[in-house]
Amino acid sequence: MRKATLLIVFFAILFTSLSLTAQTTYPVNDIANPREGCYAFINATIIKDAHTLLPNASMVIRKGKIEGTGVGIVIPTDAVVIDCKGKYIYPSFIDMYSDYGTQPLKNEGGGGRSAQMLSNTKGAYSWNQAIRSETDISTSFAVNESKAKDLRNIGFGTVLTHQMDGISRGTGAIVTLANEKENKVILKERASANYSFDKGTSTQDYPTSLMGAIALLRQNYLDAQWYKSRPVTEGVNLSLEAFTNNQGLPQIFESNDKWSDLRADKIGDEFGVQFIIKGGGNEYQRINEIKGTGASFILPLNFPQAMDVEDPTDARFVSLADLKHWEMAVINPAAFEKANINFALTTNGLKENSAFFTNLRKSIQAGLTEQKALEALTKTPAVLLNMFDKIGSLDAGKIANFLITSGAVFAEKTVILQNWVQGNQYVVKDDGWKDNRGIYKLVINNEIYQLEVKGEAAKPTATLLGKDTLKTDLVMNELLVKLNFSNKKDSSAITRLTGVMSADIWSGTGQLANGQWVSWTAVKSGEFKILPDTTGRKRNDSIKIESAVTFPFNGYGYRGMPKQENILIKNATVWTNEKDGILANTDVLLKNGKIASIGKNINDPAAKIIDGTGKHLSAGIIDEHSHIAATGSINECSQSVTSETRIGDVIDPEDVDIYRQLSGGVTSSHILHGSCNTIGGQTQLLKLRWGANAEQLKFANWDPFIKFALGENVKRSYNPANSRFPDTRMGVEEVLMDAFTRAKDYEKMGAGKRRDLELDALVEILNKKRFITCHSYVQSEITSLLRVADKFKFKVNTFTHILEGYKVADKMKVHGSAASTFGDWWSYKMEVIDAIPQNAYIMQKVGLTVAINSDDAEMARRLNQEAAKSIKYANMDEQDALKMVTLNPAIMLHVADRTGSIKVGKDADLVLWSDHPLSIYAKAEKTIVDGIVYFDRDKDKILREEISRERSRLIQKMISAKKGGDKTTPAAPSFRQRNYCEEDHQEGNSLWDRIQERFVSVDKLGQ
Amino acid sequence: MRKIFIYLSILVSMMANAQENMHPSPPQANPVIIRNTTIHVGNGNVIEGGYILFEKGKITSVGVGDYDAFAPTVIIDGRGKHVYPGVIAASTNLGLVEVSSVRASSDYLEVGDINPSIRSLVAYNTDSKVINTLRSNGILLAHIVPSGGTISGTSSVVQLDAWNWEDAVYKSDNGIHFNMPVLINRPNPLRRPGAEQVDLVKQGLNKIEAVRKFFREAKAYNSETNHAATNLKFEAVRGLFDKSQSFFVHCDLVKEIMVAMDFAKEFGFKLVIVGGSEGWIIADILKQNNVAVILSEPHSMPATDDDDVDQPYKTGAALQNAGILFTICQDNGSGYWQQRNLPFEAGTMAAYGLTKEEALTAITLNAAKILGIDSLTGSLEKGKDANIIISEGDLLDMKTSKVIKAFIQGRELNLDNKQSQLFEKYKYKYSIK
Repeated sequence: MRKATLLIVFFAILFTSLSLTAQTTYPVNDIANPREGCYAFINATIIKDAHTLLPNASMVIRKGKIEGTGVGIVIPTDAVVIDCKGKYIYPSFIDMYSDYGTQPLKNEGGGGRSAQMLSNTKGAYSWNQAIRSETDISTSFAVNESKAKDLRNIGFGTVLTHQMDGISRGTGAIVTLANEKENKVILKERASANYSFDKGTSTQDYPTSLMGAIALLRQNYLDAQWYKSRPVTEGVNLSLEAFTNNQGLPQIFESNDKWSDLRADKIGDEFGVQFIIKGGGNEYQRINEIKGTGASFILPLNFPQAMDVEDPTDARFVSLADLKHWEMAVINPAAFEKANINFALTTNGLKENSAFFTNLRKSIQAGLTEQKALEALTKTPAVLLNMFDKIGSLDAGKIANFLITSGAVFAEKTVILQNWVQGNQYVVKDDGWKDNRGIYKLVINNEIYQLEVKGEAAKPTATLLGKDTLKTDLVMNELLVKLNFSNKKDSSAITRLTGVMSADIWSGTGQLANGQWVSWTAVKSGEFKILPDTTGRKRNDSIKIESAVTFPFNGYGYRGMPKQENILIKNATVWTNEKDGILANTDVLLKNGKIASIGKNINDPAAKIIDGTGKHLSAGIIDEHSHIAATGSINECSQSVTSETRIGDVIDPEDVDIYRQLSGGVTSSHILHGSCNTIGGQTQLLKLRWGANAEQLKFANWDPFIKFALGENVKRSYNPANSRFPDTRMGVEEVLMDAFTRAKDYEKMGAGKRRDLELDALVEILNKKRFITCHSYVQSEITSLLRVADKFKFKVNTFTHILEGYKVADKMKVHGSAASTFGDWWSYKMEVIDAIPQNAYIMQKVGLTVAINSDDAEMARRLNQEAAKSIKYANMDEQDALKMVTLNPAIMLHVADRTGSIKVGKDADLVLWSDHPLSIYAKAEKTIVDGIVYFDRDKDKILREEISRERSRLIQKMISAKKGGDKTTPAAPSFRQRNYCEEDHQEGNSLWDRIQERFVSVDKLGQ
Repeated sequence: MRKIFIYLSILVSMMANAQENMHPSPPQANPVIIRNTTIHVGNGNVIEGGYILFEKGKITSVGVGDYDAFAPTVIIDGRGKHVYPGVIAASTNLGLVEVSSVRASSDYLEVGDINPSIRSLVAYNTDSKVINTLRSNGILLAHIVPSGGTISGTSSVVQLDAWNWEDAVYKSDNGIHFNMPVLINRPNPLRRPGAEQVDLVKQGLNKIEAVRKFFREAKAYNSETNHAATNLKFEAVRGLFDKSQSFFVHCDLVKEIMVAMDFAKEFGFKLVIVGGSEGWIIADILKQNNVAVILSEPHSMPATDDDDVDQPYKTGAALQNAGILFTICQDNGSGYWQQRNLPFEAGTMAAYGLTKEEALTAITLNAAKILGIDSLTGSLEKGKDANIIISEGDLLDMKTSKVIKAFIQGRELNLDNKQSQLFEKYKYKYSIK
């Protein structure tokens, strides 16, 4: 059987080599010089793959391929034999996320303030410059020996390289790191299709946001599908054609962050694609969700450097999340291994290649097994790229890409001696290949000495034993040796020897101190005792990590998600928002996340009792207009109609503002697209389940909404150079007319139409499946939108901000719109100079459903007080005032059947207030969502103490790391961009807003 | 509003035309007494069942019980009401801007770097429609502050019932304003895209040295009275050296505050920190140096993700507990119309550590002390100007705060404003009673 296998292998090799004749198209400026390239590596420890270690084995290669690997294999007679005694041979590493041999694209054109609506790329390509599906990197790939050498020196032999630019990036190529003509180096062109959320060097405006990038990619999938029928209207579109043709390849998505990993995977699910995801290194923080993607991952090893936190006022601005990530990032690969998620490793993101082994060893110390590490660098990427038949192990028939190392590859003291690529030898480290250490019998002029050669194999030292020698200097290279020593009695009397080394016998000539020429020999008589090197593998050497993953991963995160329990609130003043009005000394029982009963003397032995004596219980506050918890820009400003974008795609569950809203009694926030274009993006209603992931935060079974906007922001009044249509309120109305006309025509189109995500959303509006909340201020624009809606027979569900709503409340009433406004804002721009704080009151009196919104994460946590301003300015009834931030927004968001009031059967979304809920002195003591206490003032106190302790510990640890020699970066303030409706002129009152304002002021002259 | 209106060139042609028949009140003719009322003195004391009498613009008597008033004294029954000193807006661009996004309506940001001779007072527009919406919430005095550049100029205190800025003066040219260069390397998202990575702290410190050099030269210049060439910039800061003017340093971070203290020490300036939102960290040092603080608005977000969620709400209490003289302000771009919410900002501080009277003192007497006008106003005490408001209920809580009468220097104000007029107009339209 074994013989048979060998025979098959033999014939296979014979066949292969016959088919690979020595012919090429290249003329030679010499006479023919054909080489067999047959080498035999003997006596080595061969790690054939991560699971197979062959001690004292041999490997034969020929013509760049492995001919055989094993113990006791036949060494061909024409092989050049290389003795690898004491050495290890590994398959060389594969990096499947590389831009080796590519040139960065230039940022072409663009600049200035005028809009670029279409791609600058010349040719029959996509309308969008970030869609570069037609890119085939093998057509521009060029060998770059200096970069190749850097990678070879850290063990890599093969990479998948691609143009890291754009959203659809075209195809990558698998290339070796050999210093050969490109024709030989490219193993496979069109080996992968690559994607990202980053538009790269595209100068086109669209997309300006993450949600825009997601929409663009989704639309591109649909367009590619449609293009298969070769629609005449499209003509030739090489980008779409390539996009379709690339679908059969491994699909690789660069997302660089745990949440974006999930976003990428979700797009894949929609279009039946399983992406291989290039992660960001923070996946360990949400490993369950990551596992749920079912994706394979490519993980970077660019762990954050320690920061210089010795100055406490600088350190103050580094968040606990960043401090913790610094400590914990090393566990990321181990977390994947533990969760049994398939992954490869990449050097991508490392500032210096030297960090590769350092960081990899840290990961091993943090729990990654060496076996897995090797697999992630060899077999896994090979399999993911469908190339395991050619690379990724040392099996016969594969390309001869392998490393010869001085020891176990991940051990700290091990050096890579040689890296062979396609059968070509690349020496990484000359020294130490031959281990000359041992005991030698040195004979000089018939006098016998004993010479001990020891130390590092690469740089041994020598001592003369048995004689009263003082000092011995030994210098050697591969062939020559030089040995000087002096006598103890006279240290200036130096004997100088020089010679050649041949196997274990050295011989040569020299001069004694007196100038007499002598000959000498040294013959090896004893072996050097090598102590096993176990660095990097010692379990007791493991990295100590005290931080714990919390949900969310920041200071106010919980170790485990808070649990739903039955809660009985006793003896509170209950603001029902129902016919019962305000009930004094009343109990409310919460069961299974719902309000179970309301009344006096309720008992439930299973429930946790909260004493409500002297306190007020109200429905949770609902903010109709919020921009918290969204990432990658809240505005897609590049076009006047962007109904294809969805806030729901870009929810950031870790925004601390969620927790801060809870501290102000907010239980639901309606997250809106900004107001920089007429038809903005689709909105997302959240329940503030702090700690949950993006999908879990979403309000379930909710009628979808969309954000519209009118007026100054839409016509970009702050920018006199605006060239985007529209620039007037006349144009704004026309944008609406046009959009809905197109939507109507689109809806009527028959089979085979191009599915258009932008128009789909508008058709939903026409069919009353999607509802509008429209940012608006002045009466003319309000009326004109009403008339557009009347014409197309849909309702404008809500006008938001609507500061002149009081002027046209009667018209809004007839139409059936609700109004969501500010408490008292005015005068900050022309369209609000007629705003009045009695606006809400008048609209309410006219019969509209009126809410007070925040548009501001700070004001949102005092929304009850903003509602109370209607009492001050217009004597509004107190219960009516509270309804403006609870029941009324629930009504206008179509969720009043589940929340907004205290009624049996509704969701237990409640706030227990310390005082009258409309008073400035009232504090939310407990904020409850679905019967779960997500904010508790007592628990908050404990969290604050924990934050302080954890910060101190980590700062001390960082300082020790610095003292211990770790490189540091300056303390970088952790900073979270806060979103505002208005793209360019925003109202901010955080410390950073104040700093920015002062900076602009002092820096006004540009210095 | 950020100062992005730079691009704007629209003329403000549609200013509302309401309230044009409102006018400042004539000087107080007859004595006025408010009786049977709760008097919040402003210095921490409350007089239940008290009275306050004022004549010719000055408070002549305050006390418990009743006071025999004779004709022609006007008697106001204050039963169930609350009487407070007029609230002082301690740092604002009120009257210097009408619509912050409209460049043409903005007069608070001058071009140039060291501009001490720029005077806010001369641009203060007494006809701003915003002013009346402040008075009706009890804000009767305002410290009008220029911004822009490093040394932004000279501020003045005005009272909010005047025909023109000369009428409005309460204390002219009371301080010089220094925008401290930012002493932190800002996070990347705040930088201009593609901007060079420079050490902003180092750059800031250099700038501070340049300002220091300016003051050293000014000091030398002002030690001599005869000058061949007059330097208006040096002349403008003369009052700082004899402490007739205060040195207002606008800064927030600990390092900036410490640099400000060092700076003021060198020149012997009377220092006031404006902003100071990180001041709670070094409250003891502020106290040791007797530095007053005009604290940035309590209704702010915590500076860091890890800070207590209510830190800005309770910073006032931290300063109070350390014994620091402090008031609050809203000094951002919207810091004109927003001033009407000052009492509620104080109310929040009262919910988070201050007593209600301490919170009131912060926006009345403390502000007067910091601005150097406490001999004239800030509390309801005999001899001071009759700057008085009467509220239906607790002034600091929007649920109850309804200012029904207000007096500046004894003159009873017309509390109407553009917004109430529009309210009336549309109540009429919809027949709302």
